[in-house]
Amino acid sequence: MKKSMFSLIALVFALNGLHAQKYFTREGKISFHSSAVVEKIEAHNTSATSVVDTETGNLEFAVLIKAFQFEKALMQEHFNENYLESDKFPKATFKGALVNKADVNFAKDGTYKAKVKGNMTLHGVTNLVETTAVFVVKSSVISTSSEFSIAVADYKIEIPSLVKDNIAKEVQVVVKADLQQLKS
Amino acid sequence: MKKLIFQLLSICFFAPLAAAQDDLLSLLGEEEPVTEYATAAFKTDRVINLHSIESTAGRVLDVKISHRFGFVNGGFSELFGLDAASIRIGGDYGITNRLTVGIGRSSYEKTYDGFLKYKFLRQSSGAKTMPVTAAVFAGMAIKTTPWANPDRENYFSSRLYYTFQMVLGRKFSDRFSMQLSPTVVHRNLVRTKSESNDVLALGAAVRQKLTKRISINAEYIYVLPNQLADGYRNSLSIGFDIETGGHVFQLHFTNSTSMIEKGFITETVGDWANGGVHFGFNVSRVFTVKW
Repeated sequence: MKKSMFSLIALVFALNGLHAQKYFTREGKISFHSSAVVEKIEAHNTSATSVVDTETGNLEFAVLIKAFQFEKALMQEHFNENYLESDKFPKATFKGALVNKADVNFAKDGTYKAKVKGNMTLHGVTNLVETTAVFVVKSSVISTSSEFSIAVADYKIEIPSLVKDNIAKEVQVVVKADLQQLKS
Repeated sequence: MKKLIFQLLSICFFAPLAAAQDDLLSLLGEEEPVTEYATAAFKTDRVINLHSIESTAGRVLDVKISHRFGFVNGGFSELFGLDAASIRIGGDYGITNRLTVGIGRSSYEKTYDGFLKYKFLRQSSGAKTMPVTAAVFAGMAIKTTPWANPDRENYFSSRLYYTFQMVLGRKFSDRFSMQLSPTVVHRNLVRTKSESNDVLALGAAVRQKLTKRISINAEYIYVLPNQLADGYRNSLSIGFDIETGGHVFQLHFTNSTSMIEKGFITETVGDWANGGVHFGFNVSRVFTVKW
């Protein structure tokens, strides 16, 4: 009896070990750009953190707003001070999951197309985001990339009428990340 | 015994589930603290007349056109000062994010001025904590009006004025900032023996944001006693900063006519008590300069 109990416990632990298939990065690249009539706006962030659970298909991203780098210093200041209010809302996050988990085999090298759905929180506002992503699995590194657009108004980011020609209402977001296996 | 094993098992089963549903990012452990520098304590590198703790960003040219109309107490015949104007046209350039150079030319006493400003401390929190931002400022001015006494021997050096200043400030919240600027102004030539060549002064300035793009600013410069001739007063200015994309408009009332240190610190004559104030504005426009 006791022996069987022991082996059951051992099995449970072992299973948990298998379950812990998580991949991560602290150097994810997130950029966005918009081209309005007057001005092109572009910013890059190379310190996004992300964890992907290959077992459940859940994935998360987080990024510090202040770490977005603009070409123009004044743009960066306005982005933080006036639009994203990064003192109040220092981070943007995405919590979601693969919709077609079955189509993606993280255990096998290859290129997979995936649908991702989840909640994006930006400027203190959470919205549902659906997008497609590409996962490239190669020798235990998962590279993922995705592109989607968000509407500035959805996140309560106000654009004063005076500069409404300088700032596009839709912003293209590009995500690129190489994830390593997380050893716990 | 069985109960214990059952509990143990259920913990084994459910604990990982709970963790999985919780926060995936928390698996990465505590984030490494990053150093966050306070930004935009003031909208531009000037409060009104005084230099603020802000510098012009690296590779950015800030063109400033500043006006002070005549004294408001000139009355209706002078249209409350609008008939007269004192102008300074200048430009500040950020060599790096910390080092700024600037030049300017004022109509008041036909003065050319230039300065260097270096930010040596940056207010920050996180990995590195620094409670204040601090900068040193060195400026020089050349007065080019004809000599007051052309008959006597005049030296070029008599046209020169120097200012050394330290600017110490803190952004207390996203809305409120305050700074102090101990200053010494050196004048190579003064009119009478009773006036000091070196004038010590302490400036203080605050800004309070009213909306995201409008703030109210005030500055006062206390000149230590017995350095200036009678009739000279301390400079007091109150105004608004209005920001519109690439421009900052600063509209204000000030009792100082000059817009450079040697002028507004040591040569302010206006008296707030009887309307001896100027309406004025600074317009700042930034250009990102690439090469």
